[in-house]
Amino acid sequence: MTLLAPRRSPLVGESATTRRVLLALALAAIGLFLLLPLATVFAEALSKGWGAYFEGLADPDARAAIRLTLLVAAISVAVNFAFGIAAAWAVTKFDFPGKSLLVTFIDLPFSVSPVIAGLIYVLLFGAHGLIGPWLIAHGVEVIFAVPGIVLATVFVTLPFVARELIPTMEMLGRGDEEVARTLGASGWQIFFRVTLPNVKWAALYGVLLCNARAMGEFGAVSVVSGHLRGQTDTMPLHIEILYNEYNFVAAFAVASLLALMALFTLALKSALEAVTENPGR
Amino acid sequence: MRFARIWFLAAVLALSVPPARAETALLNVSYDPTREFYKEFNTAFAAHWKRAGGDAVRVTMSHGGSGRQSRAVIDGLEADVVTLALGYDIDAIADIRKSLPADWQTRQPNASAPYTSTIVFLVRKGNPKGIRDWGDLAKPGIGVITPNPKTSGGARWNFLAAWAWAEDSFARDDAKVRDYMAALFRNVPVLDTGARGATTTFVRRGLGDVLLSWENEAYLAQQELGRDQFEIVVPSMSILAQPPVALIDANADKHGTRKVAEAYLDYLYAPEGQRLAAKHFYRPIHPEFADPADARRFPKLKLVTLQERFGDWRATQARFFTDGAIFDQIFAKR
Repeated sequence: MTLLAPRRSPLVGESATTRRVLLALALAAIGLFLLLPLATVFAEALSKGWGAYFEGLADPDARAAIRLTLLVAAISVAVNFAFGIAAAWAVTKFDFPGKSLLVTFIDLPFSVSPVIAGLIYVLLFGAHGLIGPWLIAHGVEVIFAVPGIVLATVFVTLPFVARELIPTMEMLGRGDEEVARTLGASGWQIFFRVTLPNVKWAALYGVLLCNARAMGEFGAVSVVSGHLRGQTDTMPLHIEILYNEYNFVAAFAVASLLALMALFTLALKSALEAVTENPGR
Repeated sequence: MRFARIWFLAAVLALSVPPARAETALLNVSYDPTREFYKEFNTAFAAHWKRAGGDAVRVTMSHGGSGRQSRAVIDGLEADVVTLALGYDIDAIADIRKSLPADWQTRQPNASAPYTSTIVFLVRKGNPKGIRDWGDLAKPGIGVITPNPKTSGGARWNFLAAWAWAEDSFARDDAKVRDYMAALFRNVPVLDTGARGATTTFVRRGLGDVLLSWENEAYLAQQELGRDQFEIVVPSMSILAQPPVALIDANADKHGTRKVAEAYLDYLYAPEGQRLAAKHFYRPIHPEFADPADARRFPKLKLVTLQERFGDWRATQARFFTDGAIFDQIFAKR
């Protein structure tokens, strides 16, 4: 954590007091805005003991929500990984017209509000949408079903892996691949034995970020879910439902589990940073 | 390979979703404060249907602001039945989606409303601001919590009840009525999308001095969150809120669930359905089926009906709640 313990460089001549004040401010902010709310989630979840806590998690609807969240996250991560590699590969290894446009488009989901991400899928696949009526006539349910939730999640998480890979692959250049090519490697061989090992840490980092976001996404998923209990409620939606049903213990129990899953992802990410020599990008 | 393992995980998870059993699935798309009632009613109905020789029935619920739920059904949420807060939200499905006949409201008794309710005030213990009637809501310094009439059915009943009171109090002087409504909405700090959101804003976040609420929602909040914290204030008059139910023919026929869906709606009118409605603080249309202790809880007050005061929902919606209509004018002026 270079942020918390800045090495004093001769160029920045701040006094020890300044440093301590800044450090105290940063710690206070983290405590107030991050740790305290997180602790509250766990305190509320356990306010009626462990029995009530596990009862909240063992409820069939809660279990269905957990399963759906894991499924959606797994699919999103897989799609993201494939897309991220393809996009980064195309952008960094080839020159083609419209390249900068593609890079801009990859960032689009970051700048679009998740609610809009959800609504565009309703407009496309809804009963009055562009292709919705045709799909519904053929018995394919997208909106208010699992495919819609997956689509919305993939949309909001699309940039993560690509965003991690593009700078890394740009930095690495095309040298290694060109050498492999002159040594007679085929395209797939180059990919699996040269490119992928080179970028594996960056890709994994992107995957973890993508996973964290996919599990926690609320806005876009809320629009396309239809809120069917035990069917199309992901964990964040289920938390809202329980909260609205005055079932605070169960709501916070599920919330604490979601928080634990996020913390686990973050811990993995930190471990990754420790492993790679190029941390904190 | 990392991603191969992820695919494998995805496949395992997909397969671990339990396969559909031999049971009939019904989807009831409802509004916000009916959660507790339908939870119990669905169990009772499943038992009833089985006794009558039917399959096992599993009813899936979806809850939210009534207007938003109606929108979801229009956009393709395949509800077999809808049980919404007011007629217009079902009219909209009939008009836009044409998945049920336009005269749906005549298909069940009592204009398709198996239970009714009204709008009352929920205030903090001891009623520190001394809120007694609709007039008090427009006084400066009173925080009024109501959801957004654009998305919430309860909020539209709130609005109409206040409007009806103002009409009576100001001798139907339109300008005075509008001034009163503008003053009332000046006191509204947030507009939640549904009744339940407004209730949590009031009881959990501690915002506002008075919550305009469905009677059943007010009783439920009091029961769930403590009689020692909230009091119900019954105003001098209010509106008879009739939350209707309807079969969505196109969806039920597609799913082959018409028979069980019709039985489900009929059961709302049966003694057991009526008893459960009263238990969950809805006014049953057949009070004789209610537990006497439950029936006694409902205070008597003057109730105007939508029909006699405002006409039907299509007209009321056009007059008050469509874009640029009276609610928008008042809200812009506040």
